Amino acid sequence: MNTITGLTLSQLVHGLRTGDFSSREAVQAYLEQIERLEPNLHAFISLAPEQALAQADIADSRLAAWRKSGENPIPPLLGVPMAIKDVLCVAGLRCTAGSRILENFIPPFSATAVERLLEAGIIVLGKTNTDEFAMGSSTENSGYWVTHNPWNLERVPGGSSGGSAAAVAADMAPAALGSDTGGSIRQPAAFCGISGIKPTYGRVSRYGLIAYGSSLDCVGAFARQVSDVALIYSLIAGHDERDATSMDYPKPQVNLNGKDLKGLRVGIPDEYFIAGIQAEVEASVREAIQVLQTLGAAVERVSLPHTEYALPVYYLIAPAEASANLARFDGIRYEPRSEAESMWGVFYRTRGERFGAEVKRRIMLGTYALSAGYYDAYYGQAQKVRTLIKTDFEQAFEKVDLIAAPVAPSTAFPIGRHSDDPLAMYLEDIFTLPANLAGVPGLVFPVGFDANGLPVGMQLMGPHFGEDILFKAGHAYQQVTDWHQRKPPLIDKAFT
Amino acid sequence: MSNIYEPVIGLEVHAELATRSKMFCACPVVDTTQAEPNSAVCPVCAGMPGVLPVVNQKAVEFALRVALALACEIAPSSLFARKNYFYPDLPKGYQISQYENPLAVNGRLTILTSQGEKVVRIRRVHLEEDTGKLTHIAESGNGSINEIRPAHTLIDLNRAGVPLLEIVSEPDMHSAEEVGAYARALHSLLRYLKVNSGDMQKGAMRIEPNISIRPAGSQTFGTRCEIKNLNTFRGLERAVDFEIRRQSALLDEGKVVEQETRGWIDDQGITVTQRSKEEAHDYRYFPEPDLPPLVLDRAWVEEILASLPELPISRLHRFQEQYKLSAYDAEVLTAEQETADYYEAAVAAAPQVAPKVIANWICGELFSLLNQTGMTLAECPVTPRALAALIFLVTSGEINLGTGKVVLAEMFHSGQSAEAIIASRGLRQISDSSAIAGMVQQVLKNNPEQVQSYLAGKTGIAQWLFGQVMKAAKGQANPQVVRQELEKQLNAMINNGY
Ligand SMILES: [Zn+2]
Repeated sequence: MNTITGLTLSQLVHGLRTGDFSSREAVQAYLEQIERLEPNLHAFISLAPEQALAQADIADSRLAAWRKSGENPIPPLLGVPMAIKDVLCVAGLRCTAGSRILENFIPPFSATAVERLLEAGIIVLGKTNTDEFAMGSSTENSGYWVTHNPWNLERVPGGSSGGSAAAVAADMAPAALGSDTGGSIRQPAAFCGISGIKPTYGRVSRYGLIAYGSSLDCVGAFARQVSDVALIYSLIAGHDERDATSMDYPKPQVNLNGKDLKGLRVGIPDEYFIAGIQAEVEASVREAIQVLQTLGAAVERVSLPHTEYALPVYYLIAPAEASANLARFDGIRYEPRSEAESMWGVFYRTRGERFGAEVKRRIMLGTYALSAGYYDAYYGQAQKVRTLIKTDFEQAFEKVDLIAAPVAPSTAFPIGRHSDDPLAMYLEDIFTLPANLAGVPGLVFPVGFDANGLPVGMQLMGPHFGEDILFKAGHAYQQVTDWHQRKPPLIDKAFT
Repeated sequence: MSNIYEPVIGLEVHAELATRSKMFCACPVVDTTQAEPNSAVCPVCAGMPGVLPVVNQKAVEFALRVALALACEIAPSSLFARKNYFYPDLPKGYQISQYENPLAVNGRLTILTSQGEKVVRIRRVHLEEDTGKLTHIAESGNGSINEIRPAHTLIDLNRAGVPLLEIVSEPDMHSAEEVGAYARALHSLLRYLKVNSGDMQKGAMRIEPNISIRPAGSQTFGTRCEIKNLNTFRGLERAVDFEIRRQSALLDEGKVVEQETRGWIDDQGITVTQRSKEEAHDYRYFPEPDLPPLVLDRAWVEEILASLPELPISRLHRFQEQYKLSAYDAEVLTAEQETADYYEAAVAAAPQVAPKVIANWICGELFSLLNQTGMTLAECPVTPRALAALIFLVTSGEINLGTGKVVLAEMFHSGQSAEAIIASRGLRQISDSSAIAGMVQQVLKNNPEQVQSYLAGKTGIAQWLFGQVMKAAKGQANPQVVRQELEKQLNAMINNGY
């Protein structure tokens, strides 16, 4: 039995157009799936069932009219439900950024990426869980609840976009938007066995994305397969005059035809295959690289010598920017506010009581790094080293078209493992941070499983605006493998 | 005994740029004293989560006009920066400003003082955004619990995000007079460039002097104090004067000047401590990641440079040269572009009249009429051409000076031309010497006692007799002709042996 929720995004679009099922039926199917699995997974912070069904009815009448006349083109994703990470504003829907300091913020505007998808016809099912202000690698830092990995409820789904990744992996949505500042799309995609893209910095507008590390933040997408990720990417990418850092670069033309990778040069960075990474992760990634070779790709070793500095550089730059970005949450404009006798009392109490421990830690780190007398040694120095990391990539991409690497040192780790050790948590991101610092795109897709039945992902990184090469390679890979078709057992169990 | 100190003063000026929209969003710039609070606010200037700033090109253009007029070096690429501090009028918790790599550096402004002209160096010119406005409301009520409204503060974000230009001088000034002259010259320049409303009462230009003193002849700087947010020239001069005296008194007593930020209390005429050095903010400036470097197209900058109007100081020099005006008159006439334009239009309309005479009329009679009515020159009902016609009537002897002033007042209030007023009121001057001779004869005949004392040697009485003739002529007689005729007839009496 192939239920609606078991379909890929492309199959769903096809079914809606042919009239196999209505948008209302699709929305209802996903809402039911959410109702079934949400008590175990906690992937969402807010749901919007009434709005979603109302939108579905509008989509259905447009689809019916289109089927009758067949003439006027309809938006590419008309009637397709999706989930949105709760750091992206959707007009009229509460947006919390996973924080208790923003419990009641209802944005009057939509993020550009969301707006473009709404114009493309999507229906928002709800807002997915995230580490507070996207600060974390496990979604355990959410101010609301911990999201569980659909492959193993004792494990984290990764983070910070863990809610979006878990929702797609558990068929609670055919696709979802996320954000990636240091790996927050790629690592959860790997942990949940789905595909995800972190685009080039500046390729997708950040307007409406609640900022964490502004020079690193990227809006990207999750879906079950690379071709669907590419479809969403092609709809959200492109210049936006509301974001001065979005690049004026032509709209992407993603062409996935064929699986021939002849002439493609794949670089394997020495610095990403180091002692301490889980053996099954390395083995699966190396096997996947061989698959790329069998499809015609040439493989060679490359070096990204400043990789080891990515972690300290990231933990100076991102917190520094965050310390300013989060200053607006002072209890004056956004409720709830902690009352106090004085203005400063309101600031101290609201921020003291409502920010979580990790957010406070990063605000303090960032404030320190920017302080008079320390700026040059910390923030200033970090920016210099960041340039070196960027140069590493530029030099590598003179030799190769893309770089293949593991996403994280291990598969999904148990909930609570790093709760007392922030530094160990930070180390989870060592393979994803460099792409953010360099601003290059990264595509993740599943390439195997470990002995515990947990998915392993591989990351392909490309040059600036090189997403099309990544999609081509990833899609070719998925045409000859079926890891992306595997589903967590819990989906089937839910029916029995 | 008091020592002799040299004050060393630099100025920071914040000028609102009179763009239509705000610095980083499309909200209109409104008069915050008039508009409904928070009526010109959007998610961007309200600092909502997720929003991003976009630079207003017009604000950059306005800033460049000023920087170029100040002869600054323009940075081909400048950076915006975040200035971090918490305050409820600052919705993002940081102000977008410029810190390292400002828009322009190393300029100069010529000021005019009683000692003559002086050049003050400009250190930097940069763009930033204004904050919102807070209104503190005291506790109110009639005593019953339900009626009491506790003290609270209202926030109006209409002004948040309005483009500001910060212009920082080098510490090249040494007296309140120089500081006042600098502020006036800058005010005049901004008005000429049409980038600022000039309305200081509404905070369009806010001035912050930093002042230190040192023993005369010393080359090292003393400890400086900054005075915040002065918005009148007079207040600025008084505050600087007070601060110089305060610091001098401290040093005379053997005490030290503390580095601090001070506030000016206008009605008491004193400055008071606002923030000590220990309480000074660490603003943790860092480059604004939401805005790429501001890269300027050279051709555009050249275009702006070429479009600058004649600036106040050049015009002042030209007026002195071309119209033979005193430095004072030239300064008064060029302080506002409107005045200078008015003056030149009047000069052009009356080629037979000396430009100096026209300057006197404008600076004297016309300004006093404007002052009395509180009107600006733009609202003046007397056009330059009409004024020129009136002045020509006076200089050509058609009417006398006294009548001219009366006619101007009438023109000012009724909007009629000088000709029409003179004709309808019969004010034309009597220059016909036979008519005047008759009037003189009559006056001499009617006042024999005065004539006798004149003839007895009290020549001063002639002035009284002159007044009588003018009175008889209802003020319309040409005074020169009256004088001549009076002298002639009195001399005739002496010669005739009286
Ligand atoms: Zn606005």
